[in-house]
Amino acid sequence: MSILLLAEVTESGLAVDATARAVTAARQLDEVTLLCAGGSIVDAAAQAAKIDGVSKVIIAEDAALAHRMAEPTTALILSLAEGYTHIVAPATSDAKNILPRVAALLDVMVISDVIQIDSADTFQRPIYAGNAIQTVKSTDAVKVLTIRTSVFEPADMNNAAAIETVDVPALPNMSTWIEDKVEASKGPELSSAKVVVSAGRAIGSTENFGIISALANKLDAAVGASRAAVDAGYAPNDWQVGQTGKVVAPNLYLACGISGAIQHLAGMKGSKVIVAINTDPDAPIFQVADYGLVGDLFDVVPQLTEQL
Amino acid sequence: MKILVPVKRVIDYNVKARVKSDGSGVDLANVKMSINPFDEIAVEEAIRLKEKGQASEIVVVSIGVKQAQDVLRTALAMGADRAILVIAADDVHQDIEPLAVAKILKKVIEDEAPGLVIAGKQAIDNDMNATGQMLSALLGWSQATFASTLDIDNDNDIARVTREIDGGLQTIDVKLPSIVTVDLRMNEPRFASLPNIMKAKRKPMEEKTAADLGVDVTPRLSIITTAEPPAREAGIIVNSVSELVEKLKNEAEVI
Repeated sequence: MSILLLAEVTESGLAVDATARAVTAARQLDEVTLLCAGGSIVDAAAQAAKIDGVSKVIIAEDAALAHRMAEPTTALILSLAEGYTHIVAPATSDAKNILPRVAALLDVMVISDVIQIDSADTFQRPIYAGNAIQTVKSTDAVKVLTIRTSVFEPADMNNAAAIETVDVPALPNMSTWIEDKVEASKGPELSSAKVVVSAGRAIGSTENFGIISALANKLDAAVGASRAAVDAGYAPNDWQVGQTGKVVAPNLYLACGISGAIQHLAGMKGSKVIVAINTDPDAPIFQVADYGLVGDLFDVVPQLTEQL
Repeated sequence: MKILVPVKRVIDYNVKARVKSDGSGVDLANVKMSINPFDEIAVEEAIRLKEKGQASEIVVVSIGVKQAQDVLRTALAMGADRAILVIAADDVHQDIEPLAVAKILKKVIEDEAPGLVIAGKQAIDNDMNATGQMLSALLGWSQATFASTLDIDNDNDIARVTREIDGGLQTIDVKLPSIVTVDLRMNEPRFASLPNIMKAKRKPMEEKTAADLGVDVTPRLSIITTAEPPAREAGIIVNSVSELVEKLKNEAEVI
């Protein structure tokens, strides 16, 4: 067995948490070769080499690989794919964009959002917004997987893997990057935070998110939102937790003024402890909450911040 | 320019899926089925492009069981011009994998020669998020996934797409023809009016089979079992903020 793992790299460098969690999953199979691809990638590769379980880091540097555009990144992975039994990546928006394209060109199925690796060919993944867990056995020669990072712990960083630079083949040019608009967030990143404080439509305005942020600051938590809050324009899309947003599994998830629709629960049901604060005692969120408090978030949240 | 929109018939998004006790799958017998919500957004976007004069015809395609006719009729009632149904399964419990769907769509596209394909970003049943990317790969076309805005520049054969990525938004230009997969934020799909539902019954719907198109739909992933997710233990209702803080500190030990 040999595993090729696509490291999650952004313009600001290696996304250590997502990559290290995917390594934890992949190293259950065998040692991992980590591919760092981008426009300027040497620093990210140096950091990637520290991740335990990584036997080798491959650097592929080319202007066409900046911003992880799907077509050139896919062509690069295919040029390196021979000999690998598994091609793996953390299930980020970049990997979800790229890996199905890789799989199709290898004429294999992709296995999305793996939450458990049972063996080299058998994997578990959630379906129906997390309401069922499917165990699938792949009959394909190469297994292409994305890993749901929230269910794996990040690997430690005590390694010093070899770093090797590869020649980048001629890459297709069908798409042009124009710009990124990245939300500047002060606190921890949503999908790796130990504590998440989320609000729903009941928050009422962008300004009112101030009380959520204040509580989040106190707890060193990331701020999340339900789709209703995002659609109403109270929070940026990027904060959305759920089937179509981010999937989180923190130690503590505080849902403030969130009713608990199926699609929202899909994104946070794996949290260790769930706290629900809602005025409606019949809200479905109370069925999954470990601790529920029936009350107005505008009373409860500031009190909570004060008492912590 | 002709636009092709693949649509999938899935369990209605408001229905909580029930896992069959024998572990063979999710029970879909007598469950309300609907058009996949992301596909509805894709249909809406295609119609808006036609209304702006940027598209000449909208063809909707569904792959699966015969009953998928109903989601095609929904799309026709919204404003699509004609429909193609590719029958590839005889039981509603048989979900055709994205790779096979992509291969079938590729055949349909070779016949229809659309200038753009707009698809949903994922189906809410298998949650794969793969078909659009796979189709784009098989065709050798460009792709723009998780799109929240789409502007067509017919003169230069490009589309400018804003994509929802982790951390924010990314804008890219893709060469046409291209595959665009849409995110929730793209638009608010319209409701079909009663007269349009009546009219949709007379719009053309062509039926084919996967075999006609020469595509093998044998799954690559065999499903060993489908299980309920682990149930959470029943929680408690606390009466005050101070009680909550006390429980989180001393009982749950998370703060």
